[in-house]
Amino acid sequence: MTRVTLLSLQVLVAVVCLVLWQLLSTVPVFGKVLLPPFFFSNPVDVFSQIVKWFSSGVIWKHLWITLVESILAFVIGSLGGVLIGFWFARQPLVAAVFDPYVKMVNALPRVVLAPIFALWLGLGIWSKVALGVTLVFFIVFFNVYQGVKEVSRTILDNGRMLGMSERQLMQHVYWPSALSWMFSSLHTSVGFAVVGAVVGEYLGSAAGLGYLIQQAEGVFDVAGVFAGMFVLSAFVILIDFGVTLVERRLLVWRPTAPDGRG
Amino acid sequence: MTMPTAVALEDAKVAFRLGDGRVYTAVEKAHLTVAQGEFVAIVGPTGCGKSTLLNVAAGLLRPAAGSVKVFDRPLAELNRDAGYLFQADALFPWKTALDNVAIGLEVRGTPRAEALPRAQKWLTSVGLGAFANRYPHMLSGGQRKRVALAQVLIRDPKILLMDEPFGPLDAQTRQVMGNLLLDLWNADRKAVLFVTHDLEEAIALADRVVIMSAGPSSRIIGDWSVMLPRPRDIFEVRLDREFHSLHREIWSVLKDEVMKGYAQSTQAAEVV
Repeated sequence: MTRVTLLSLQVLVAVVCLVLWQLLSTVPVFGKVLLPPFFFSNPVDVFSQIVKWFSSGVIWKHLWITLVESILAFVIGSLGGVLIGFWFARQPLVAAVFDPYVKMVNALPRVVLAPIFALWLGLGIWSKVALGVTLVFFIVFFNVYQGVKEVSRTILDNGRMLGMSERQLMQHVYWPSALSWMFSSLHTSVGFAVVGAVVGEYLGSAAGLGYLIQQAEGVFDVAGVFAGMFVLSAFVILIDFGVTLVERRLLVWRPTAPDGRG
Repeated sequence: MTMPTAVALEDAKVAFRLGDGRVYTAVEKAHLTVAQGEFVAIVGPTGCGKSTLLNVAAGLLRPAAGSVKVFDRPLAELNRDAGYLFQADALFPWKTALDNVAIGLEVRGTPRAEALPRAQKWLTSVGLGAFANRYPHMLSGGQRKRVALAQVLIRDPKILLMDEPFGPLDAQTRQVMGNLLLDLWNADRKAVLFVTHDLEEAIALADRVVIMSAGPSSRIIGDWSVMLPRPRDIFEVRLDREFHSLHREIWSVLKDEVMKGYAQSTQAAEVV
């Protein structure tokens, strides 16, 4: 299939869905509207809401807040995950001692932490960042831990036979291996950073995409909820695209560009 | 004139503790010396512990009994005089061919600006001058072996340990690599300990061929000198009459061990 046919088919799916949605929510079938506008709104209203947000410029502030929260959550979570993952992998005793606690904390659905973070850190961006960090941290942590643990025996022996000291093994073998594992989970961890930010905003905040959706929901503005969802998914797709670019740059040495997202 | 000894295994015994507490003796009382400038090949059936013996010479493994001497000094840790060419891919996948070769010097503290041109020179001498910026996965199996060879040789080790280095390659590539190895070796004649399961390869390359018995508790059961003239061409030398008579002679001993090794490996599979 050529690119053009594929693209037109993909567009066709969207068009069919939108047209069906518009028809079913406005034109009565046998005297009954199948998608009551109160619950389902309609594409035209949703689209005009989006246009209104962008033309008035309201949306930029919210996008910016969510972006900042996501980036902070990603950076802090990754940093923590890399450091602790490295430390645990190199110190099996530490890893063994903390193992049950790591499992316990990771088993906890992170959403229940949101109220605690809101209490501790207030309704500003930091409570959202904290929620994102708890999500990102574990993904990066487990990947880095695995990456350091599973360095090929032969490559390690080769490093030793080439005369590497422990420090040089760290720099030339463990570190690149761990980073490659971390980068291969980049899509997942960036995605979770956004999830943390948006869920945090939804549960209590004064700005951000999650806040926008929550506000619309509060006044039964279904068009607003849908508009928020569309903007959010466009936002995530853009970020994901950026991640793909970064990944291509960083993992050139990989046999096949990993396309894994958990 | 006798050359000084580069590596000497004296009654080395190698044993592993198995999961169930039993002790598995891989190699028993191995006595083997490699003189400076000598090319020694170890041949044996699969699972006879020839790679194990190489790891002992490298210092990656401690013998359970006996001793290892390198240039007449007992080997206490890693063998710093040795370069090791592994059977499996051992290149750093995140480094380009050039960086993979240069790392051997950089580790030693050679400035990068100085290490890179020398690495480039080595890549050229293994025939990969134009592939400096490729990552290992972009190279063929044979090309990766060439990079690995350059990576080891750039450090100019006095001893070269090779663990079936050309094992994963196809027959033609192996011969080409064999000739490349002989050419490079001829330049400064390092001591070489070369492990292989391919008797022809061993005779074509080496000054001495050492045969090991089937494991466990394998021993060295034969030691032949290869008198074929040097420099050799691997393609040519196989047609030599002396090559054939030596091959017949060694194979008559090796064959029994190969059959034994095969029988044991199938038995072991049945027990498991």
